[in-house]
Amino acid sequence: MELTVQDIVTWIEKANEKMQANKEYLTTLDQEIGDGDHGINMARGFQEAAAKLADNDYPDAEAVLKDTAMTLMSKIGGASGPLFGTAFLKMSVASKEAETLDYETFKHGLKEAVEGIKQRGKATEGEKTLVDVWAKMADLFNKETDFSADKIADEANDAMEQTKDMMATKGRASYFKERSIGHIDPGSASSQYIFTALAEVIGGKL
Amino acid sequence: MKKIINDPNEVVHDMTEGMIAAHSDELKQISGTTVIAKVNAPISGKVGVISGGGSGHEPAHAGYVGNGMLDAAVAGEVFTSPAPDQVLEAIKAADGGAGVFLVIKNYTGDVLNFEMAAELAEAEGIKVEKVVVNDDVAVDDPSSRRGIAGTIFVHKVAGAKAEQGGSLEEVKAAADKAVNNMRSMGMAMTPCIVPAAGSPSFQLGENEMEIGIGIHGESGIERKEITAADDIAQELTDRVLNDFDFTGEAAVMINGLGSTPEMELYIVNKKVQSILAEKGITVYKTFVGEYLTSLEMTGCSVTLLKLDDELKTLLDARAQTPAFHS
Repeated sequence: MELTVQDIVTWIEKANEKMQANKEYLTTLDQEIGDGDHGINMARGFQEAAAKLADNDYPDAEAVLKDTAMTLMSKIGGASGPLFGTAFLKMSVASKEAETLDYETFKHGLKEAVEGIKQRGKATEGEKTLVDVWAKMADLFNKETDFSADKIADEANDAMEQTKDMMATKGRASYFKERSIGHIDPGSASSQYIFTALAEVIGGKL
Repeated sequence: MKKIINDPNEVVHDMTEGMIAAHSDELKQISGTTVIAKVNAPISGKVGVISGGGSGHEPAHAGYVGNGMLDAAVAGEVFTSPAPDQVLEAIKAADGGAGVFLVIKNYTGDVLNFEMAAELAEAEGIKVEKVVVNDDVAVDDPSSRRGIAGTIFVHKVAGAKAEQGGSLEEVKAAADKAVNNMRSMGMAMTPCIVPAAGSPSFQLGENEMEIGIGIHGESGIERKEITAADDIAQELTDRVLNDFDFTGEAAVMINGLGSTPEMELYIVNKKVQSILAEKGITVYKTFVGEYLTSLEMTGCSVTLLKLDDELKTLLDARAQTPAFHS
């Protein structure tokens, strides 16, 4: 199986729908251990990205991922803009001249995305950040041999849930120290929406 | 939520237009951006000094754009760092060929976006240097300390050095010196409401206060029963003094967070001055007022900056901006 340009556009559209539907929930998560704007920012960024993709025609996967990256980077703001933007930018670079994304290309892109997020945010696994979801997804893709909607959705959800018991050591939640335990990391929650949206696109093709 | 706004999503846009209208002799907006620059920026041969970050901290950051302080400021959404492309526009607006100096507060978002913008600017051939302000002693680990009200001292020091014709390296050295000799600590009695969120960032009981808050409506490091101004002043000042040796001469800033009357800030200042006198610290200059706010949060912070001759000169140098004159 492989993802076409249209599949990637649908992926971002579905991710946008989830950001809009869960905007207040994400903001509530962020009010608990951050500054309370994550839902607002993600909803704004993905709305702009979905609108941008709808208005344009793209020759290949690289181009659509790049436009997604640049829009997220400039429209989300905060720490999330550079981090989610970097993730999609790395996926774009890793898909160089690929018209569609086969499993190997996607797997490679995801690995690069995780490296990019870690490097940009100077973060690693276990620090209660979006890295905890993205790194788990890269691990899953390494273990598997083809896209599996169910496994992607389940793993993303598990990875997000696991951030609940972590103590934040990176980002604004780290100021809360022990008080950050017991709350799902907002960046992990929005990452989970991104991968659930991907699972839906894959599920729709099977 | 009771606020004098139109569309919660347009507050930054509406604010910058209103600000330009009020200060059109001093400020201009860079078209298509949220960057506010000095009317005559960029100034050829002078190091450009820029700052910025989320909105909601007024008069920061654009209030400090003017002679002797910032050449440009970039406004993000409320409490949200501006994106790299916007920061790049501010860098370009301030670049007079001698390089641009970035004053960044130590928040993940600000650091990431400003660093990316610096990389983009360098790719375009603009020399860039930066300082990351981390004056908040509420956080133990110095590497994750937030930048709060002391940032205004850094604007002043870096801006004065650039105005005197300092090179990019000299501006950086002066700003680094200010950051290394400065500590702050804040407290709040009420949360604030981000317009687009529409509800308070945290809840505090009638008799409670938060010690060690940042400037984004986040809660502090400790919640306790509210006490008299003298006790609050004592606690904030002790935390600052326990972290750094201020023996000698210092500048003091008592900063209001948006909803604390000047009367109360002066009451805090009275106690801070007496504590410093007891400790043998000579106060060279005192600043009391709203310099870096957190929307309508009630509360204050205490900042101390240890001075040497160079910092005294830079602090005293003439500055003329909408929010700061000296």
